[in-house]
Amino acid sequence: MIRRFLAILHARNMEFLRDRSSLSWNLLVPILLVLGIAWIFWEDDRPLFKVAVLDQTEQIDRGAHPFLSTRHIQFYTVQHEQEALQKVSRHQIDMLIRLDGTRTYWINADSPKGYILEKMLLGSGGAPLNKAAVSGSPVRYIDWLLPGILGMNMMFSCLFGVGFVVVRYRKNGFLKRLNATPLRAVEFLSAQIASRLVITLTSVVLVFWGMGVFLDIRMDGSYLLLFMVAALGAISIIALALVATSRVSSEELASGLLNFLGWPMMLLSGVWFSMEGTNEFLQAIAQLLPLTHVLEAARAIMIDGYGWAHIAENVMVLVAMGAVFMGLGAVWFKWRVDS
Amino acid sequence: MTQLPILDVRDLQKRYPGVVAVDGVSFSIAEGTCFGLLGPNGAGKTTTVEIMEGITEATAGEVRYRGAPHDRRFREEIGIQFQTTALQDFLTVKETLELFHRLYEHTANLNEIVEVCALEELLTRDNRKLSGGQRQRLLLALALLNDPKVLFLDEPTTGLDPQSRRNFWQLVERIKQQKKTIVLTTHYMEEAYRLCDEIIIMDHGKIIAEGSPAELLAEHFDETILQLPVEDFTAPVDRFPFTVLQGNGCVEISIRDVDEAIKQLQQHGISLQRLEIRPRTLDDLFLELTGKELRP
Repeated sequence: MIRRFLAILHARNMEFLRDRSSLSWNLLVPILLVLGIAWIFWEDDRPLFKVAVLDQTEQIDRGAHPFLSTRHIQFYTVQHEQEALQKVSRHQIDMLIRLDGTRTYWINADSPKGYILEKMLLGSGGAPLNKAAVSGSPVRYIDWLLPGILGMNMMFSCLFGVGFVVVRYRKNGFLKRLNATPLRAVEFLSAQIASRLVITLTSVVLVFWGMGVFLDIRMDGSYLLLFMVAALGAISIIALALVATSRVSSEELASGLLNFLGWPMMLLSGVWFSMEGTNEFLQAIAQLLPLTHVLEAARAIMIDGYGWAHIAENVMVLVAMGAVFMGLGAVWFKWRVDS
Repeated sequence: MTQLPILDVRDLQKRYPGVVAVDGVSFSIAEGTCFGLLGPNGAGKTTTVEIMEGITEATAGEVRYRGAPHDRRFREEIGIQFQTTALQDFLTVKETLELFHRLYEHTANLNEIVEVCALEELLTRDNRKLSGGQRQRLLLALALLNDPKVLFLDEPTTGLDPQSRRNFWQLVERIKQQKKTIVLTTHYMEEAYRLCDEIIIMDHGKIIAEGSPAELLAEHFDETILQLPVEDFTAPVDRFPFTVLQGNGCVEISIRDVDEAIKQLQQHGISLQRLEIRPRTLDDLFLELTGKELRP
């Protein structure tokens, strides 16, 4: 069994490495990604400028304090004080205000924007508020975005890299020829997963390293844990691609199916923006997508420095998804077009 | 005691929506023989063979290997050369052979296979750069890698030039000498006549004749064909005492008494300069049985 698995793995790796156009494109995309992001964020590493108001309602009562009518400041309400304070400590929120009860405002003592906002608050002429300071280093948007970009790149590489190969093999009859040997579906599929996993993880590591050269990447947690999350995520997404293409023999259909899986992950898994505060139904859908768990775990490791205990749930979901998708892929797999 | 057939096909049926590809076919194949399935495109021979190979499931009927249904041992003991097969891109001939060699538990000596299939000069060549004949030799080699007891060859010479086809026949004859059982589908009657010990002729999913090529010809024909270019046959067809058929630029006269026919041709002042005398072939048999040409 191992002999057959290794034979298919070796052949697939040779095919990928010798296909110069495919190989160069696979390397070029991450490089372009690194350069593009570095260019966009080279000089724009300032934290976002936001003031959050602790309020159980979603609408801000601007008459409650004259400061709330200041132009060019984004005011929005939050319900959970601890979460909001954590964001102040990371410089994701520049100021937090409570206008009921203790009537307090919080700023990060190290934040220049917090300092300016404090001066604006005191000069606004409203009733005085109690000051509370929070400390912590800033989290830039790029720090939050980077795991999303890496995850999205990995997701598309996994979906299309393995999905199209299997469909091509099925369409041109190579799978039919393999089916005439003692090779089992699970051996063939495992080899495809392993091959794409090596390619994807190599690419992700290169991009991560490349971004580290151009940008100051925030990494507060364990590299090993992050690599494990990336590997589990890649396995589950590759397996998902194998399920989607388990019976398909048309590249056009495969493209549609893989995009059908890829785009929701790109939009709902939190690549570009947090799904926090969005529609609950969409959030529930997001939890069904493997990339969501990859990004939640990756950000927890990279930004918050969390360890195994915090990401265990995400890891277990990824393991379960990987196992289920691999099982379905093997059961539904068809060797030939018309069987 | 009668020897158990190595393959026994019983009441095989394969239906697709609106089409009956194989319609109640039964036959047996003795070990060590070359068995041919003949028929035009769409006759059902490839479907029949793919059911025998275990690649396609039958709608009804069964195929027994050494008296038992297919199992994993069967997959280890057969070699298959499909009608069309794609190979993995960017691999050389040697790498392709090694890939398939590793997929089997029991294997033949790779160097011997390379020698038998005359692939020595091609080992470092990319699969995609092989000619039609070279590619068929590689596909044959892949089918032999597990030292199969039964070798299935599905139209192995279709699309090859005459020289490559004859070279391929020589390879198959060498394999026949090793007493392997060969199941061959073809629509080349010459190929079947040269290679096969037993044949069945199929049309519309049914067997319309079976036996050895010589038996079938003897059973259906006791005549010889005289063939002349149509422009040389100057006699009125309706007044000639034998049946005359025209087609493909020549006339054919089917007769038992060659001397009498030649005498008649001379009496009608027909030149015998370009006269050809040939025995009946399997092509003629197919035409006789179905009323149509074998090849479209």
